[in-house]
Amino acid sequence: MSASARKDTPEQAEFRQYCRQWLAQHKPGEPPVRLPQSPLEIMTEPQLHYLQAWQKSAYEAGLIGCDYPQEVGGGGRGDCQRIANQEMIAARTPFLPNVIGLGMAAPTVFYHGQEELKRRLLPRLFSGEDIWCQGFSEPGAGSDLASVQTFAERRGDKWVINGHKVWTSLAHFAEWMILLLRTDRSHKYDGLSYFVVPIRAALGKGVTVRPLIKITGETGFNEVIFEDLEVDDSYRLDELGKGWQVAMTTLLHERSAGELQTPRAGGMKSGATHDTNSRSLIELARTTRRGEGRAADDPVLRDRIMRAVIREKAFEQTLRRSRNQALLDHPMRLPLQNKLLASELAQEVADTALAVAGAAGSLYLADDNAPAGGQWPMAYMNSFGMTIAAGTSEVQRNILGERVLGMSKSK
Amino acid sequence: MAQPNDFGFGEEAAMLKDAARKFFADNLPVAALHQLVADNHDPDRGPAVAWREDLWRQMVELGWTALAIPEAAGGLGMPLVAVAGLVEELGRAAFPCPLLGTLNATFVLAACGDRAAAALDDIGAGRAATLALTNRDGDWNPAATELRASGGTLSGTAWFVQDAGKVDRLLAAAHTEGGLGLFWVDAGAAGVRVHGDAIVDLTRDQAHVSFDNVEAVEVSANALAALNTAFPAIWTLLAADIAGAAEWQLQTTVEYANTRKQFDRPLGFFQAVKHPLVDVMIGIDEVRSLLYNAACACDTEPEKAGQYAHMALAAASDLAGFASSRSVQYHGGIGFTWECFVHLYFKRQKHSQALWGDGAWHRARLAEILLDTAA
Ligand SMILES: Cc1cc2nc3c(=O)[nH]c(=O)nc-3n(C[C@H](O)[C@H](O)[C@H](O)COP(=O)(O)OP(=O)(O)OC[C@H]3O[C@@H](n4cnc5c(N)ncnc54)[C@H](O)[C@@H]3O)c2cc1C
Repeated sequence: MSASARKDTPEQAEFRQYCRQWLAQHKPGEPPVRLPQSPLEIMTEPQLHYLQAWQKSAYEAGLIGCDYPQEVGGGGRGDCQRIANQEMIAARTPFLPNVIGLGMAAPTVFYHGQEELKRRLLPRLFSGEDIWCQGFSEPGAGSDLASVQTFAERRGDKWVINGHKVWTSLAHFAEWMILLLRTDRSHKYDGLSYFVVPIRAALGKGVTVRPLIKITGETGFNEVIFEDLEVDDSYRLDELGKGWQVAMTTLLHERSAGELQTPRAGGMKSGATHDTNSRSLIELARTTRRGEGRAADDPVLRDRIMRAVIREKAFEQTLRRSRNQALLDHPMRLPLQNKLLASELAQEVADTALAVAGAAGSLYLADDNAPAGGQWPMAYMNSFGMTIAAGTSEVQRNILGERVLGMSKSK
Repeated sequence: MAQPNDFGFGEEAAMLKDAARKFFADNLPVAALHQLVADNHDPDRGPAVAWREDLWRQMVELGWTALAIPEAAGGLGMPLVAVAGLVEELGRAAFPCPLLGTLNATFVLAACGDRAAAALDDIGAGRAATLALTNRDGDWNPAATELRASGGTLSGTAWFVQDAGKVDRLLAAAHTEGGLGLFWVDAGAAGVRVHGDAIVDLTRDQAHVSFDNVEAVEVSANALAALNTAFPAIWTLLAADIAGAAEWQLQTTVEYANTRKQFDRPLGFFQAVKHPLVDVMIGIDEVRSLLYNAACACDTEPEKAGQYAHMALAAASDLAGFASSRSVQYHGGIGFTWECFVHLYFKRQKHSQALWGDGAWHRARLAEILLDTAA
């Protein structure tokens, strides 16, 4: 029995068994094309379709949305998404394409949307038929998110939206956007409101989506421009002027610290050939030649590799510890560290791998001689997406210092 | 064997930890500790053994020194995760006493087999003990001893013996005709001389102990095997002491950063103060997660215990240095004084940092396991 299975309730144990059996039979085959390292870099229709088909089958089998009520398309279970996640990861399935939908939009719509809206939107979100994106950041509003200027003006029971969003991941495929905007210019926080907006239906009719090229050369995020886009008032979440509170629900779940667990799928990346974790780092060090011996014989590299290994183990064990009340102090102390730890760990592991690879770390995806198919330089570059997006590491440290340690707000 | 998800840290362990916290806070709050151990600031002061033996007696009465004695040997056989909880509190209180030494000796004796039964009985009866394993160079390898045994008597000097001025028994490693043995020695026996070291840490004492044909009971003829079995637990408990002390350093420094104002702001407003303190907190949390994982491995997955304990103490040793440096720096001038309590923990942590292997040493050992043996 696996370690994680030992404390299952009977319902969880039965569900785990079910997931395991289903995955053994239905895990999708090899992808037809090279997949990116994360769903945020899905660039082409063939990539999208392969991943959407996988999400749909996993949803129909009950592995996604497990803990949401059945009325909104969920599985009506209690504390079972965790189980499905563990089993998907163990089975090394591909990742789920609708990450922003599952991780951020779903809990936000669930906690703040009207009943009718939830019933309409959530099933297609869970199945991955509707891809979602998040319209928060703007050219002038990044870390200081509450300074967004995109504006919605009331006209009867409609709203007319004008503004400019940037870094909008997956907008090029998205049907829907969760949108933080301003309905009142005189109050910074209380002037914010929150909408869901059908952007795909409005392409060319008030919405323009333009791809931005990432540091890796990939696309995946976009700028989105609103020009007199009309939306219905029924697409508003919660009350007017409550946008900031709603956004907090989104951000909490984005950082994996919210109530509802985000469905997570396995570690299969780039045609399932190369992981970029400490195990593959060790493999790289054992197989890379340096002088007469291996890179793994260099004392400085050995120390760096062990630092990364220890940090990865600490992260894993912190997740484990956060489930034992008796070993916790402040309730938010560990959950609020998740995003920061995961992103900085990924960066350290990839950085160390490049040091191990040495000159061969210069070789990129298309080079036949690149170690691990060029995934390490890619992972290192992509790791900065993680330390910047979803609240930069600096902002995360502000939050921890202020909310957990009670230090004075840096603003 | 797999570990239980909750580390096996349940209600009983939580109660023990709470009780320990209360005991230390009630009996030796930091101001009283300072009075007890910091009365002499002379940098040329000689060795000192400052502790409250009456409180130690109470700890013995509470059964804390017998926690780790296996049930089969008449002890409480508490899992290491529970003992680690107690030791975290010991570190948080920077409490001067020979508890770690006594527990460490217990782990080694428990790995010795039948011949160590009487020695374990001594500990069960309330005798305090410590390990005498180290050579003059302070080598961190478990059995770098300079002692020699022949004809049932020990000769030579053991170095860096922790809390030697507070114990009744010594567990010494010595070269024998047949290899390396372990010996149980009465600290008051004829020929034993405890030479106190003048050390920086005020919350511990340390000595080099010379043996001149001292009568000793051999409890194991294969010291290496016993020490290798016991050391993961020893490293893990030191990590727990460090984590507890670091939490005191964090909370005390945060409190200061929240009250002291400069440039019309509390110090904690400034990110050059705030962010490193968050990193201290993260460091503590990493160490706590790693040390409970290591303790749980000692309890349920012994084949992984060494590896996980190296991880825990490597991280803890680095944390001891980092938390200490930040605690003094962010107190400013007052942090540089003898009067500010911060120095007590600073000195304890710097001592702990290099006690049973520093970060680099443990990472080097871990690398041998992960990089040099077959995958
Ligand atoms: C890969 C990727 C995907 C993204 N996807 C989306 C998306 O789908 N939707 C969306 O809305 N946004 C998205 N973003 C945007 C992301 O949320 C912002 O980039 C982020 O919030 C930072 O804002 P900024 O880029 O304006 O940087 P700035 O806020 O200008 O920050 C620049 C630097 O200054 C530092 N800094 C700023 N304020 C402080 C402070 N108070 N204290 C200390 N340091 C500070 C930052 O840490 C950073 O190092 C994505 C970003 C990336 C990289």
